[in-house]
Amino acid sequence: MFSQKVAQQSLRRLAVQQPLAMRSSMMGASPVAVALGKNIQTRQVTSTPNTEDPSQILVKQRLNRPVAPHLTIYKPQIGWIGSSLHRITGVALSGTLYIWATAYLASPALGWHLESASMVAAMGALPLAAKVLLKTTLALPFTYHAMNGIRHLMWDLGRGLTNPVIIKTGWTVVGLSIASAVGLALI
Amino acid sequence: MASLRTTSRLFAASRPMFRPVFARTYATVEPTPSEQPKMKTFKVYRWNPDQPSEKPQMQSYDLDLNKTGPMMLDALIRIKNELDPTLTFRRSCREGICGSCAMNIDGVNTLACLCRIPTDTKTESRIYPLPHTYVVKDLVPDMTHFYKQYKSIKPYLQRDTPTEDGLEFRQSPEDRKKLDGLYECILCACCSTSCPSYWWNSEEYLGPAVLLQSFRWLADSRDEKTAERKAALDNSMSVYRCHTILNCTRTCPKGLNPGRAIAEIKKMLAV
Repeated sequence: MFSQKVAQQSLRRLAVQQPLAMRSSMMGASPVAVALGKNIQTRQVTSTPNTEDPSQILVKQRLNRPVAPHLTIYKPQIGWIGSSLHRITGVALSGTLYIWATAYLASPALGWHLESASMVAAMGALPLAAKVLLKTTLALPFTYHAMNGIRHLMWDLGRGLTNPVIIKTGWTVVGLSIASAVGLALI
Repeated sequence: MASLRTTSRLFAASRPMFRPVFARTYATVEPTPSEQPKMKTFKVYRWNPDQPSEKPQMQSYDLDLNKTGPMMLDALIRIKNELDPTLTFRRSCREGICGSCAMNIDGVNTLACLCRIPTDTKTESRIYPLPHTYVVKDLVPDMTHFYKQYKSIKPYLQRDTPTEDGLEFRQSPEDRKKLDGLYECILCACCSTSCPSYWWNSEEYLGPAVLLQSFRWLADSRDEKTAERKAALDNSMSVYRCHTILNCTRTCPKGLNPGRAIAEIKKMLAV
């Protein structure tokens, strides 16, 4: 009862204060239509169509935004450092192989002496320290890449993919590869 | 009630009548005056979009750890409340379930609310936004593309056939168990933004978080669009930019294993 009274009063107040608003909202509405709920009230709305290409919004925003620092601030961890070393050693090893093989093929034409006999002679002439150092730098990428490769094969089988195992195998590969590289260098 | 009140008055009599009442937020703890102040420096990444020409910089704040709550989020809230109200970061639940406060703290992506402040006061703590994200302001990264990628994998149950009895889609306890460790993901993007592959290929590579979600629907026994889901992933970019660096598994603040989920997807695609 009370709420009805309040509603009536506010309607009346609106009619007195803003007669235009009242009239436009009731315009064209017959009392019958209102009673049957068939009256549709319309309201004039102005809107501007969005002519901007929606796919360009993000592109435009990105032009102004800085990219958060990444590689330089991420904590050095055995996981990603080891992984980047795996890739670097892979590239270095295959690069060395390609360069060496091409040079070997081209050597007769260019007059280079890359045959086994001359290589053995050249190595033999080096001092011992240089021999070990040269052999280690060649052996370490190889042993590391090979052993980490075994780790990758395990992961591809879905094994050893928990944090403690990842860390443990990572350091194991580092230790084993250094040991075996030194071992190869001392042969 | 009356008796209760009299007993409480008995106890209250031994104390001073008016104790000062401190208004406390959850970011602070009541100071213990006997202890020496434990000042720790926090270096926070700052960038203001209103001055886009200015380069991002690290700003230092010193806080007394005795007056600060235990978590990094407590420190950030205290900096914002007491030192610098312009510092901007996202936070909501403060208990590791909303994923809003994901950021790079001391070099590792984690949720600020789940990350304890290192008690060593000699070293400073460095706080960055999630790595290789576009920065909206300070510690707030733009997640639009991440969410778009999430949407692209159709993260909902797809099924055409109704159940025989017309009731809900049921699954065996064993099948339900396959979703453990997958459904808990809160999409904080810590893992995706820790992944170097995602840093370089975020436009096309889906990243660990979205792939874990992919696997969550591939592993669901009730889903009937497994073949379509697999076909959508079977290209050189979506999955295979993962090189098992496993930063994702290392960094997940919820202890989940996105790396394993991606390995399982690769196995599913190979078979």
